Amino acid sequence: MEHIVIIGNGISGVTTARHIRKLSDKKITIVSAETDYFFSRTALMYIYMGHMKFEHTQPYENWFWKKNRIDLKKGYVKTVDTENKILHFAEGDTLQYDKLVIATGSKPNKFGWPGQDLEGVMGMYHKQDLDNLEAHAPNNKVCKRAVIVGGGLIGIELAEMLNSRSIPVTFLVRENSFWNGVLPSGESEMINRHIKNHHIDLRLSTNLKEIKSDENGKVKSVIIEETGEEIECNVVGLTAGVSPNVSFLKDSGFELGRGVKVNRFLETNIESVYAIGDCAEQHQAIGNRRPIEAVWYTGRMMGETLAQTICGNRMEYKPGHWFNSAKFMDIEYQTYGWVFSERSKKEYEQHFHWKHEDDTKCITVAYHKDTNKFLGINTFGIRMRHEVFDRWLSEERDVDYVIKNLTEANFDPEFYKRFEAEILSTYNQQLQTA
Amino acid sequence: MSNKLNHSMSLARPDALHITTKQTVALITGIVGLFILVLALLNTVFPNKGLFLTAALGLITIGIVVYSREAYNSKLEGIKNDGQWFKSISSRGVWGWVLGVVLTGFYVVLYFYPKYLGLGQGVDGSNTGLIALFDPLSQLLSGRNASQWFVYGTLYTLAILAFGYKFILKYKHNRYQQIRTVSVMFFQLGFAFLIPEFMYVMNNDLPYYDLKSVWPLNYYLFDEWSVNAFLSNGIIGLALIIFGILSIFVITPILTYKYGKRWYCSWVCGCGGLAETAGDSFRHLSSKKLSAWKLERWLIHTVLVFSIVMTTAMVYTYLGYDKNDFWLTRGVFISLVIGFLTFVFVGVLYFKRQELGKDAKSGAIGYFAVLALLLIMHFTGTTEHVFFVKGGALRSAYGIYIGSIFSGVIGTGFYPILGSRSWCRFGCPMAAILGFQQRLFSKFRITTNGGQCISCGNCSNSCEMGIDVRHYAQKGENIVRSSCVGCGICSAVCPRGVLKLENDTLKGRINPTEILLGNDVDLMDLVNQK
Repeated sequence: MEHIVIIGNGISGVTTARHIRKLSDKKITIVSAETDYFFSRTALMYIYMGHMKFEHTQPYENWFWKKNRIDLKKGYVKTVDTENKILHFAEGDTLQYDKLVIATGSKPNKFGWPGQDLEGVMGMYHKQDLDNLEAHAPNNKVCKRAVIVGGGLIGIELAEMLNSRSIPVTFLVRENSFWNGVLPSGESEMINRHIKNHHIDLRLSTNLKEIKSDENGKVKSVIIEETGEEIECNVVGLTAGVSPNVSFLKDSGFELGRGVKVNRFLETNIESVYAIGDCAEQHQAIGNRRPIEAVWYTGRMMGETLAQTICGNRMEYKPGHWFNSAKFMDIEYQTYGWVFSERSKKEYEQHFHWKHEDDTKCITVAYHKDTNKFLGINTFGIRMRHEVFDRWLSEERDVDYVIKNLTEANFDPEFYKRFEAEILSTYNQQLQTA
Repeated sequence: MSNKLNHSMSLARPDALHITTKQTVALITGIVGLFILVLALLNTVFPNKGLFLTAALGLITIGIVVYSREAYNSKLEGIKNDGQWFKSISSRGVWGWVLGVVLTGFYVVLYFYPKYLGLGQGVDGSNTGLIALFDPLSQLLSGRNASQWFVYGTLYTLAILAFGYKFILKYKHNRYQQIRTVSVMFFQLGFAFLIPEFMYVMNNDLPYYDLKSVWPLNYYLFDEWSVNAFLSNGIIGLALIIFGILSIFVITPILTYKYGKRWYCSWVCGCGGLAETAGDSFRHLSSKKLSAWKLERWLIHTVLVFSIVMTTAMVYTYLGYDKNDFWLTRGVFISLVIGFLTFVFVGVLYFKRQELGKDAKSGAIGYFAVLALLLIMHFTGTTEHVFFVKGGALRSAYGIYIGSIFSGVIGTGFYPILGSRSWCRFGCPMAAILGFQQRLFSKFRITTNGGQCISCGNCSNSCEMGIDVRHYAQKGENIVRSSCVGCGICSAVCPRGVLKLENDTLKGRINPTEILLGNDVDLMDLVNQK
């Protein structure tokens, strides 16, 4: 029986395994050094906040794996012998495979800051990071202040986590507005205000110079690049993005960029070895997507696709319309299609922006300025239907149609206040003045 | 900026996990109120009962109100579940167990030893102790002394009102939650508490009848004493008993078809009302294991079968020695019951056969069990016996084991251990009937938003009915489950806007998929169109 070995038990690897099992009887082994069982990485924050316990972040009960004949192996892969198809573990043992799937995800970026490896400095990606945070920031007596470096999705989640335990947070953001490499300015600025409303000390256009140590090798303070100010703290969160977790493959003959290079079939340069999820890097970016997509949904989609290929139905990774979501403290965010920030949008991309007076809800609709074709929407504080926008994008609707039919796309709970009329009148006004 | 900047500027409560001074004062206020009740329980004689009762109930209410305002009013709108798995009382810690033991003890005394509450212990059968303390209020409302049920009803209503207020503050950004909570508060105060008292004032022969409490939840509605009391009260009594029959056979199916069982379970019902308000802090404790779901399906349907057989046996028994010129004889009655059950059973097997699968087996077993029992009852000749047990004995067994122990002692006493809806989930025969209708004949479902689920588990964690909501959401599948009471908390806590409670068409309501929206269209077609 063909033996499929998957390195990594995150959403990509587990989705692959589940779908291979649905399609075939192959022997499947999932290897992980992180945890015994699959858990939802995106839910780690809720454990620290006390909303859930670790076991609640596991989407499948522990008996699931045996029942579906998916073997789980805890171990750290040190090297891959692609010649003989053998994995060598740091623990000394080995594992033979017929086909190998690399789904090792990411690791937090470190940019060579002095002191970045001190005790009390951590990313927020792995289960171990959570354990580390629990040890260093159990409450605001032990951790009198935390400094977060890097204004992205993980950074704001870490801020929310620490806030839930009343630990004062200083949030260093390199850009002059939160996540404005991705979000248009209206949205980004609204999130700035929301962060400050939560009493987080948000520092825009601010870089980290170094992290200082006390006499025991623990974090004592950070120094700000721009002003030289020293901020005392007990924990430093490094959340300046993530990069593929592939360093163990260095000498195994793989073509590596930042991640493992793959073609559209998710095949690496070595036969019978595939890479998916955060650690895979496309030779050519697909459409407007990045060559490395470190997103839950794309990891799952690659898993769904690769299972077909492995089970004999060789299939290209052909993702549909882009979508994503996040939550910034209390404000939910969803996006469908493409809305770019001022920094990275093309010259034909025009935006319609509406913001509610309470400063927690807004939408931005992107359209082609010549053809009026609808390109995408960002929505904050108002839930929208994925299925409807996916359809409108396929039908290549124009912006007028989208704004006039927004009601159809609303996904807020029953009895919620609706804003379609207000949005439409704002839209009409802007058209007249434009 | 210095390290200290957050403290003085803080609009939000500075410490999420520890209570503020104001909250401590509020807690003490509430405890003083409770302490008055304890003193009464220990037979302290108060000079002015009315005053002390007002003080007790008032202090408890003020305590809860002030505590809640302090907890939620100073914070930004959003999900407020910080620390729920850390706090001892809401995570099966020591305080959780203490509360569980106290509540359970209270229910045992209430149901089985009301004399310890002071029922009829005074001269000439007047009340003493805790029940006597409630005499003034009962006199005010209906001109009679309190009973243990009046004491219980008052505290129950107070709990729903005060904790309902807390719940409304907690979900101040969510109008579905607010309106639903106002609804349960209204139905408890009006229908369960005040109206029955006023009905007594108008006509003191009428039995206590909470109009919203539908058979089989209201298992004593068709008891002989109850039916006799209704029938001996002319047109009003007759109207009430007809309303009772229409409730279960006509009103319930129509409303459940349109809105799902939530119209009852989380908008009207008193048991549900308490679970949603006072029980809210314990909702996450329900077990989400597959094994718990299996147990649930057997247990709740067994109770349903038990309640149908028990009620039929009861009615059958007293029809026997009723005047024989009445058209409803035993033969007619048993034929009606069997006819109705067969109609439902055959109808479902025929029209819903493709949706049934495995469930059909347990349904069929339940159906045949009821039928067999009824027939044995009819043809054993010994008119009062079912399986050599008197109908009356069956009725008292049901009253003790299901009505008191299951719904009260376990259902509510175990809130801090089993979660807030263990009775609704494992025991309530009304929920079983509504669930059956909801699963097969309802426009209600929880819609999953395409491919947006991140499997975080907040939805499953907060489901009081123990539904593994994530199991469906992460497959892009709508949630159509018998047990869902439509409380809407899964939708509220979802960080990615994935879940929406909706009433929509029956077509495509149940939509299992393999590949979620967002992937290659060809792949989705290939895998999903099987």
